[in-house]
Amino acid sequence: MKHIKTLNKANLKKSAAKGGCGECQASCQSACKTSCTVANQKCEHAK
Amino acid sequence: MIHQYQLNGYNIVLDVNSGGVHVVDDITYEMIQMLTPPLRGACPKDVADRLSEKYTKQEIAEAYHDVYTLYENDILFSDDEYEQFSDMMVSSPVKAMCLHVAHDCNLRCSYCFASTGDFGEGRKLLDAETGKKAIDFLLVQSKDRRNLELDFFGGEPLMNFGVVKEIVAYARSKEKEYHKNFRFTITTNGMLLNDPVIDYINQEMSNVVLSIDGRKEVNDRVRVRCDGSGSYDSIVPKYQRLVEKRGQDQYYVRGTFTKYNLDFAKDVMHLHELGFDQVSVEPVVSDPKLPYALTEADLPRIFEEYETLARQLIEKRKKGEGFNFFHFMLDLDQGPCAIKRLRGCGCGNEYVAVTPDGDIYPCHQFVGMEEWKMGSVLDNTFDLKKKSYFAKANIYGKEGCKDCWAKFYCSGGCNANNLQYAGDVLRPHKLSCELEKKRLECAIMMKAAMADES
Repeated sequence: MKHIKTLNKANLKKSAAKGGCGECQASCQSACKTSCTVANQKCEHAK
Repeated sequence: MIHQYQLNGYNIVLDVNSGGVHVVDDITYEMIQMLTPPLRGACPKDVADRLSEKYTKQEIAEAYHDVYTLYENDILFSDDEYEQFSDMMVSSPVKAMCLHVAHDCNLRCSYCFASTGDFGEGRKLLDAETGKKAIDFLLVQSKDRRNLELDFFGGEPLMNFGVVKEIVAYARSKEKEYHKNFRFTITTNGMLLNDPVIDYINQEMSNVVLSIDGRKEVNDRVRVRCDGSGSYDSIVPKYQRLVEKRGQDQYYVRGTFTKYNLDFAKDVMHLHELGFDQVSVEPVVSDPKLPYALTEADLPRIFEEYETLARQLIEKRKKGEGFNFFHFMLDLDQGPCAIKRLRGCGCGNEYVAVTPDGDIYPCHQFVGMEEWKMGSVLDNTFDLKKKSYFAKANIYGKEGCKDCWAKFYCSGGCNANNLQYAGDVLRPHKLSCELEKKRLECAIMMKAAMADES
């Protein structure tokens, strides 16, 4: 593509179909404890 | 839903529903601003006419072709198809616990949300029997979840290190019988670290959070001992030793920035210069009347500082000297699934806090607010009505989140901050929203900059 560079291959919608297993880390257990951030967590199945 | 912005010379377009991130040239950036879905095979005449003042017919046709290709691939102007998952936003097993082993502390940090360690409830330590009952609670309430997280928290948990060890041993002894895998973490101010403690932490804790705010003068202004003297000189060598002996990246040195150090990028860099490569420095959240509080008037300065930090990190990474800054960490391909992003932090539903008295609260930040107490591990009471309330505290239940471009990244913000500073769990704390959005814009821009290199 001449005009656009897409940075990622994954589509968030597809992750919903098999998602929600609940085995990944609770976000507040990683480092934050005061400022909720969820998107920087890892998927348990991607480790 | 689209979010587009320009930062550090990049034109960035985020397709919110698919998570697609696109770096585009000027004509495409302007074109996307003018388009409204659904799109058709040819560029709408009014859009083409407006663009023709600056661009040729051929340029417009080519740019539209690229835009339309992404649209057809469902990564630009993609539909919101998440409503169908709303029935998954229900009460879930409890899988994570913040265990307050010490409502006491050997520091007197002026910004402490725990009222210098005792959460306003008097100084006390958790006894081993209550701790074991908390483990029993987690073993039962986690139902079919296998991975359980337990964070030893305080106050300062190392003031009750013997009990920490007893609880870890007890939990480990139950893993096989209950088919569970415990992941322990500990959050410490470092004052009581020594070689045996460091070795124990490195062996048993899957993550360790080491509190320090950055430069000596910044840290020692706020993180002081009972006699008012600073903690920096005592903790830095201990942290360095722990990290050196640990030999892996599952740890954080974690600081807080306040109005006193709006130049916090210097603190992040300082922590890296001390030899740490997993760094988190986060904004203080407090009553806006307090002298160190961040307020809306500080936002332009903080935004500028986040941009400075992002540029410095890009430079470092390009030289192969990169390190992790927690709030800029973003994996565009393998981050958490959309369901997790919709659910949010899990406070009061998947995650609870337990005090030295055995009381259960939605999370560590709610501890001491009697009206939010959910039960006790001593008599196995657990308020399922409150639990269901928190299960609904997701982005569909919170004011404004559904229509926010950042919803799949912040997931509705911190429930406790919302309650304390915006008056309601379901009303996002606007200052935190603004900071989160800026950090995300920086994190995505950094991806663009690094992709430019490759």
